[in-house]
Amino acid sequence: MRTLNQCKPNETVQVTKINGSGAVKRRIMDMGVTKGVEIFVRKIAPLGDPMELNIRGYELSLRKADAAIIEVR
Amino acid sequence: MEIKIALAGNPNSGKTTLFNTLTGSRQRVGNWPGVTVEKKEGTVKNDHDLLIQDLPGIYSLSPYSLEEVVSRTYLVHERPDVILNIVDATNIERNLYLTTQLLELDIPVIVALNMMDVVEDQIDPKKLSEQLHVPVVEISALKNKGIDELLVQIKKVSTKKGQQFLPFTEDVEASVSFVEKLLPHLECPRWYAIKVLERDERVDEEMNFSHDIKKEISCQIDHLEEIYDDDTESLITNERYAQIAQIIAKAVKKSKGKHALTLSDKIDKVVTNRILALPIFILIMYCVYTIAMGSTPISIGTMGTGWANDVLFGEWIPGAVDSMIGALHLNPILGSLIQDGIVAGVGATLGFVPQILVLFIFLSILEDCGYMARVAFIMDRLFRKFGLSGKSFIPLLVATGCGVPGIMASRTIEQDRDRKMTIMTTGFIPCGAKMPIIGLFAGAIFGNSSLVATSAFVIGIAAVIITGIMLKKFKAFAGEPAPFVMELPVYHMPSIHNVLHSTWERGWSFIKRAGTLILLSSIVLWFLQSFGFVNGAFTLVEDNNHSLLASIGNAVSWIFYPLGWVGDMAWKATVATFTGLIAKEEVVNTFGVLYNHAGELSEAGDEIWALVAADFSAVTAYSFMIFNLLCAPCFAAMGAIKREMNNPKWTLLSIGYMCGFAYVCAMIVYQIGGLLLGEVSFNVFTIIAIVLLAGMIYLLFRKGYQPESEAISTRELKFRTSKS
Repeated sequence: MRTLNQCKPNETVQVTKINGSGAVKRRIMDMGVTKGVEIFVRKIAPLGDPMELNIRGYELSLRKADAAIIEVR
Repeated sequence: MEIKIALAGNPNSGKTTLFNTLTGSRQRVGNWPGVTVEKKEGTVKNDHDLLIQDLPGIYSLSPYSLEEVVSRTYLVHERPDVILNIVDATNIERNLYLTTQLLELDIPVIVALNMMDVVEDQIDPKKLSEQLHVPVVEISALKNKGIDELLVQIKKVSTKKGQQFLPFTEDVEASVSFVEKLLPHLECPRWYAIKVLERDERVDEEMNFSHDIKKEISCQIDHLEEIYDDDTESLITNERYAQIAQIIAKAVKKSKGKHALTLSDKIDKVVTNRILALPIFILIMYCVYTIAMGSTPISIGTMGTGWANDVLFGEWIPGAVDSMIGALHLNPILGSLIQDGIVAGVGATLGFVPQILVLFIFLSILEDCGYMARVAFIMDRLFRKFGLSGKSFIPLLVATGCGVPGIMASRTIEQDRDRKMTIMTTGFIPCGAKMPIIGLFAGAIFGNSSLVATSAFVIGIAAVIITGIMLKKFKAFAGEPAPFVMELPVYHMPSIHNVLHSTWERGWSFIKRAGTLILLSSIVLWFLQSFGFVNGAFTLVEDNNHSLLASIGNAVSWIFYPLGWVGDMAWKATVATFTGLIAKEEVVNTFGVLYNHAGELSEAGDEIWALVAADFSAVTAYSFMIFNLLCAPCFAAMGAIKREMNNPKWTLLSIGYMCGFAYVCAMIVYQIGGLLLGEVSFNVFTIIAIVLLAGMIYLLFRKGYQPESEAISTRELKFRTSKS
């Protein structure tokens, strides 16, 4: 099992599961990170965190700590 | 007849531009009751019957952010006649997510499809309208296109009753209608039913169901969670995105290849590049800073402020006021009140207006074009370490010029606690007005060493970091976990209208403050400085040493005894600290007056260096400097704190914290520093200082309050128990 924070730039992955609950999970899902959606890892910020993702046609920035609850394939 | 329109949409969807286009200058800006979320209302330019309520930019109607709660409370309880939903055509999938929720409120919805000129014919508005069951109007908020058509449609829609919604899949739909039947009579039962299924705590509280109904609802929730093997909140989110996928399939043609690089992506390839990002960022900030607040031939802001201080408030207005006082034969006391109190006090603040306006123009441009989000992206890692956000960098940078616009710049930080923390720490940065204080002591005691000014910056930055680390461990700041989930909007040309509008809004709020709070405090301080008891009689005093202010200074100077303000300098230092509250540059002027220097004083007070050197030692000078650099800022900055906090408790807490922190730091430096240098003998305050230092170190390194794991575990538990 791999989580999104382990992905490298220029990788395209598919979300299989989102762990956790409450505000963080809801916020991430509200932004369109749902089961089955495709995510393209655009880059990592110069200081190593957060990540920049391309999802549903827009750019989303997510901290690695929050990306860790997203399981991908 | 009046029509109430709620304007809703995602951040960066062009909502502000549309609002400005629709209302022009007929806007009222305030705050939503009890929170720091800005509230804007206005009437349509050529039709004053159309009232527009601008809702905060939101992605969803979840119960987790202030903006979302404010919006949904308004929609559900105030029931506007029409919801005008602006949808960014370039980012339609995620924008429609909010639309699916707005359709459930049983209020007629109209979609304004913005930036259609960018996507050209990829979206079919007719099909989109059929799918959503709402009128869809193509507009370009920036180019002022489609606005008339939008107004026509709004009027048509406003006579409609209710709104058709988008159905979920069968199982979910069955549960929704089941719960709907359990609800009391409500205006938007479907919305409530869905929220109840999502276990929305706010709605649960509002409904206050009986035990039996609760049981039935929880049965339904368990049933759904069993089928979908996910919590209801997530499965409804999934349902919504599934609805959107169907709509997109029918109404949107996908033309571009996947992940094709747009212009915006190309800009980002350079601007947020691993190697180039930081140098570019530093260069941009340097340019902004130099033009607004530097002292080079291109520093328009500084030139404007110099002119305002030296000419406008230095010669013209005082001159005009002088001749007016002469012509009207005003009482000299009244004359002094107007000239020395009001003109001097308010003028000192208004002098900053040119710098502030130039600064705000640049900040508005950076915000409007989308670079501000990149600043947060680049700086987040660094600032998160001490409880701040990536966006805190801007306020702190601006504060090196003046704390007031710095504090006001914190408004772009979305997360409530990050914003509060930024407001609390911004005042620690040595601003331009604190420089003369540093100059005075550097010259008088440290032989003009440039290390003194450097140390002042180090102290200021250290205060920010220490405060951040200490406070983020407290429950009030650890609070609810605020995920840093941020959109990096597509770059676009800033709209001149937007930039000027937001610059003016902030500038005006600064000027208004000068007219109220600062006016009042200037009058009070003038009174305290001009009157006093001489030979037992209350009278106007010639010699400042007899003023009420001096008496107060004398009476309370014992407070600063542990800071080493003893002997002859104690009351002078105390009084100077008090006058520093008007404006920090007053500190040096006050020393000039108190050391009986006649005539003009240079900015760093060279003339009184010898006298200051006789009264202060190196350690007391540092204790005084540290206290004045870190304690409560000037009245203007306190006013800014009050406005941005929008809460009396937090305002007092911030100012109190700053004073307390300044006191503790000054005391530690004097007592322990003095002991090490052999200047202070071991006394009871040395012990207190050591205890305080130890306490501070403990607060820095203790394990903080950790809500995240706890919050998750209770929710998880609930989920698991309800499943088992």
